[in-house]
Amino acid sequence: MDFVSILRIALRALARNKLRSSLTMLGIIIGVGAVIAMVGVGQGARKQVQDQIAAMGSNILFVGSGSVNKSGMRTGFGQTKTLVQGDLDAILREVPTVVAAAPSSGTGAQIVYENQNWSTRVNGTTPAYFEVRVWPIQKGAAFSESDVEQAANVIVLGSTVAKNLFPDVDPVGKTVRVKNLPFKVVGVLSSKGYSAGGMGGDQDDTAMIPITTLMKKITGDTWLGGIMLSAASKEASYAAQTQIEGLLRDRHRIRQGQDDDFFVRNMADVAALQDQSSAVFTYLLGSVASVSLIVGGIGIMNIMLVSVTERTREIGIRMAIGATEADVQRQFLIEAVVLSVLGGAIGIVGGVGASFAITNLLGWAVLVSPVAIITAVFFSMGVGVFFGYYPARKAARLDPIEALRYE
Amino acid sequence: MDLLTKENNPAAQSKGGEAVLRVVDVHKYYDLGETRVHALRGVNSQINRGEFVAIMGASGSGKSTFMNILGCLDKPTSGQYFLDDIDVSQHSKAELALIRNRKIGFVFQGFNLLSRTTALENVELPTLYARIEKKEREKRAIDALTLVGLGDRVHHFPSQLSGGQQQRVAIARALVNKPAILLADEPTGNLDSRTSVEIMAIFQKLNDEGLTIVLVTHEHDIAQFAKRNLVFRDGKIRKDELVKDRPVAAEVINTIPELDED
Repeated sequence: MDFVSILRIALRALARNKLRSSLTMLGIIIGVGAVIAMVGVGQGARKQVQDQIAAMGSNILFVGSGSVNKSGMRTGFGQTKTLVQGDLDAILREVPTVVAAAPSSGTGAQIVYENQNWSTRVNGTTPAYFEVRVWPIQKGAAFSESDVEQAANVIVLGSTVAKNLFPDVDPVGKTVRVKNLPFKVVGVLSSKGYSAGGMGGDQDDTAMIPITTLMKKITGDTWLGGIMLSAASKEASYAAQTQIEGLLRDRHRIRQGQDDDFFVRNMADVAALQDQSSAVFTYLLGSVASVSLIVGGIGIMNIMLVSVTERTREIGIRMAIGATEADVQRQFLIEAVVLSVLGGAIGIVGGVGASFAITNLLGWAVLVSPVAIITAVFFSMGVGVFFGYYPARKAARLDPIEALRYE
Repeated sequence: MDLLTKENNPAAQSKGGEAVLRVVDVHKYYDLGETRVHALRGVNSQINRGEFVAIMGASGSGKSTFMNILGCLDKPTSGQYFLDDIDVSQHSKAELALIRNRKIGFVFQGFNLLSRTTALENVELPTLYARIEKKEREKRAIDALTLVGLGDRVHHFPSQLSGGQQQRVAIARALVNKPAILLADEPTGNLDSRTSVEIMAIFQKLNDEGLTIVLVTHEHDIAQFAKRNLVFRDGKIRKDELVKDRPVAAEVINTIPELDED
């Protein structure tokens, strides 16, 4: 029998039970839609990570204070008090591949402006920080080196903080209070968005003050939480990392075999790691969604088995007038494939629609790739063949005499 | 009527008494768990081209089993079955399907039409499996429907047709692939007596045009419309006789009053 005729017979058989066919297709629609939307979310997140890393530069290093080992009890990172300004100066002086460096210490604090308040992380740093992180000021200006020397009460707000404290007015020039100290707002940072991976924190939920102001007037600390550095290039960052580690071990008098009281993190490694983890995230989402596709396939198999039983007599008639096993098998297989491919096609539309909805409603970047769509089409076809095979085989194996007698 | 001329059957042109069907010592057993049912116990027979044979017998006599074997729906356990001089008793399922499609036309008691499928499409079905092209398929189907007097009902659904009309659609379907033989299994079993005779009139007409017909029935008066009667009992042919004073169905109809529709 020619393909067009089989297709027509299949479509008619499916049209006979419209509700049943649509419900069966729904399984595949949801499955394919979910796979496309979820893989889209995953790939969107990955793209965002890659973009951010590209924007940030993979030549950035971060030195953080390490953990303390007190009679066997080890605390988390950021507990040692040994990383100081002297270390930063030494790195700049002795590690030639480091181009710029800025301290970075922070504390949680509430910022108050008139009757508005916002809790955020207040970071102490130097103007070099904005350069290292490639983080331009959107309004106003960064604080200056002399602000740092004088421990001036000036503050640069992250865009989220600015938006929440100053919904209507320009924050530059206004005075806010941090821990009851007045700070003059000199600038607002441009928006950097959510951190790599899409699931991290809001990078704009922050405020920057001179490191000296933080240490002297707010925390009273004499040590640094961390140092941000930029190397000449991505390749140079690996050499810089080794040199910084050696230098700091010397300066902190750490003997062979002893644990470091600091850690150096290389953005190139972080980038690779984050890229990898977002890829895993994509696979995870995709495979979870695939489960629903398989469930949809089982739905097809179920309904095809019912259909074979219901149409036993029809199968008998067809066999009596000359349909071969292959003819009958093909007919039911094509019905299953039509169900799954039609469902797949609708699922693609639904999946792409869902992707746009996610982008618009949740603000996540969603990337629908043609590869995902093509894969979905073939996958749904495969589901139809796989789950349609057994019912079709069952139909083809019927004994024509028995089938004709079936009531 | 080009559907049924003998040009499709070269053998028929050469020899008038050519056997279309020949069964030699056919046995059929069914294994039902512990017991074994011996449905056919050595059947020998020959049906020639142009014959019109009625097979009779009580239920359990083996006539249905014999019919299934003649129709290539079933294989004999032992013995040989020649259809157009080809021994088909050990053919594969696919080969049997091909034979059913090309050489045999079936008419069943329950009509066995596909519901929600028009008369035309029902009749077209065998040509679909014969892989005939669309235009020719439709032409043949319309020809066959016209032959059974349903040329004006081609787009009707079975539910819109009377029992007799449905059976005529089934006959058209059986004829559409120009088979060597028409097998009818209790074709009048579901019909009232007047319609039954109408169907027999069609069979007689087709037979007069050269079609070989084998018919299973348990009604004696229906069997009288055939030229030859085979009577089965206990898995064997007990009687094989020619019908004397065969009535002409087309004339008999006039003697049966039409049923009042109420």
